[in-house]
Amino acid sequence: MNTAAAIQSDPCKIEVKSLQYFYGKEQALFDVSMSIPDKQVTAIIGPSGCGKSTLIKAINRIGEISSDIRIKGDVLIDDASVYGKSVNLVELRRRVGMVFQKPNPFPKSILENVLFGPKLHGVSDRGRLEEIAENSLKKAALWNEVKDKLSKSAMELSGGQQQRLCIARALAVDPEVLLMDEPCSALDPIGTAKIEETIESLQSQYCIVIVTHNMQQAARVSRSTAFFMKGKIIEYDETEKIFTTPAEKLTEDYITGRFG
Amino acid sequence: MEQLVQKPLVAQSSNLKEPSPRASRRENHGLRDFHWRQRFREGAIHVFLAVNGYLAIVLIGLIFLFLFKEGFHALQTIKPMQWIGNKTLDFDGREVFSFVWQPLSNTPKYSLLPLLSGSFLVALPATFFSTLIGIGCGVYLAELASQRTREILKPIVELLAGIPTVVIGFLALSVLATLVQNFFHTHFRLNAFVGALGVSLVIIPVIASMTEDALRAVPNELREASYGLGATRWETLSKVILPAGVSGISASILLGMGRALGETMIVLMATGNAALFTGNIFSSVRTMTATIASELGSSAQGSEIYYALFFVGSVLFTITFFINLISEVVVERMRRRLRL
Repeated sequence: MNTAAAIQSDPCKIEVKSLQYFYGKEQALFDVSMSIPDKQVTAIIGPSGCGKSTLIKAINRIGEISSDIRIKGDVLIDDASVYGKSVNLVELRRRVGMVFQKPNPFPKSILENVLFGPKLHGVSDRGRLEEIAENSLKKAALWNEVKDKLSKSAMELSGGQQQRLCIARALAVDPEVLLMDEPCSALDPIGTAKIEETIESLQSQYCIVIVTHNMQQAARVSRSTAFFMKGKIIEYDETEKIFTTPAEKLTEDYITGRFG
Repeated sequence: MEQLVQKPLVAQSSNLKEPSPRASRRENHGLRDFHWRQRFREGAIHVFLAVNGYLAIVLIGLIFLFLFKEGFHALQTIKPMQWIGNKTLDFDGREVFSFVWQPLSNTPKYSLLPLLSGSFLVALPATFFSTLIGIGCGVYLAELASQRTREILKPIVELLAGIPTVVIGFLALSVLATLVQNFFHTHFRLNAFVGALGVSLVIIPVIASMTEDALRAVPNELREASYGLGATRWETLSKVILPAGVSGISASILLGMGRALGETMIVLMATGNAALFTGNIFSSVRTMTATIASELGSSAQGSEIYYALFFVGSVLFTITFFINLISEVVVERMRRRLRL
């Protein structure tokens, strides 16, 4: 494993420590260690089933709601374990927002979607809620398109707009980390470009981890990239280095399209 | 070579609308027979399946026609007012307007109100009880129970729906009635409340099973989205999953109510069968179904009471038909809303 000095020198937000992740008896992650820096975009690439989604679902512990899982090792956010006994899952998931593979707005109005999280966490002042909605939608570059139809159903938006709504919804609870699990895999090129612009504008404020199938996307949006295969981290370095002079033969084979 | 020739022919035969070019047939006499036979077989299968598909509609149409034709006869001799009530003499010889169903008395009386009140006095409480229990059960099965628990519990709940209603009626008559009388000290041992409890046993599985289906149809992505925003299990259930499944659940309640109105054997056995026009749930009542079941067999075909009973049947059919229709519409609306 090759972790460049540059990545280590940046302030670290998330520290994955020899993480092993099991779905039932099947092991999905083998001894993964990586430190993810704050206020920049880190991409995770690799072939299907390599454990990249599993890794980010381990960070906000969303993986455990639908399957029976077991872990060894640890994940630290700001040096505090997310798997500790006293961890408040509600607080953890407020701090670590997530955008999923398929746009998943609630079948409610656009406004209700954005304000779902803030209302959950006890914001009830009307003015404050309006402010949150506007800010979040602006951050997700959706405000201009929806400001006149906030009470319309979110299901009427296009796929790309729905995905940006999901980003706005995640931002509305004021998270520190934003996890994105292949956020563009269900979108057309225009929708993808808009999401990438959004990511670019957000990167200075959040620690963003993006899982992607699309290597060009990783190259475009991220500062550092981790390459995963079969549940193991093969190489983790600055994006530029990964895509120009990878240290590992496997990485080179993957990014040049020899498999994957 | 044989296969190469066959391929385009197969493609042609599957496209029945296009007239098959005669020329190619004449060219290849050996394959013409095969072509014809295949076409016939495809057509026959199509017709067979289509007949089965439309059979349900035809049957409902026929039942509908027969019921309303016979019921219509009743309208010719019985005036509209008589369906509501009759002028009768009370014990002091004064003339009063009363609501009674006495088709066999010297002056037959055909008020539908006692039967309607009886039906609803059983169906509404039954729907209420089974909604409470059925939805609770469905939510538990869909959202809370572990895989193992669900695999054991669900078939048992569905088994409840398979118990012959006469057995449930017997249970209501002998066990539930005594319990209810001891607990509420009711005047009549067999009453609408006992009937409603019995009918609930049949409807609970309907509502539970449909509620579970409705909740499991809610895409998993919505659960993830909710948990991902820091919602607890209860918040996810009450703010995301139940609202998304609400149409399906309402449909299950309506369907359950339709079943409750149509249920015959249990009410026949457990409600006391006195056609009283009342709003008292602890009074004996007689439902529309029980009236038809107990009186039609002993009435002469073509007599006034015979047609009157068909009229009652038409009313019942119309009510349940509309309830089922509404529930279908409601389910369809949910499908569209969730883009399933």
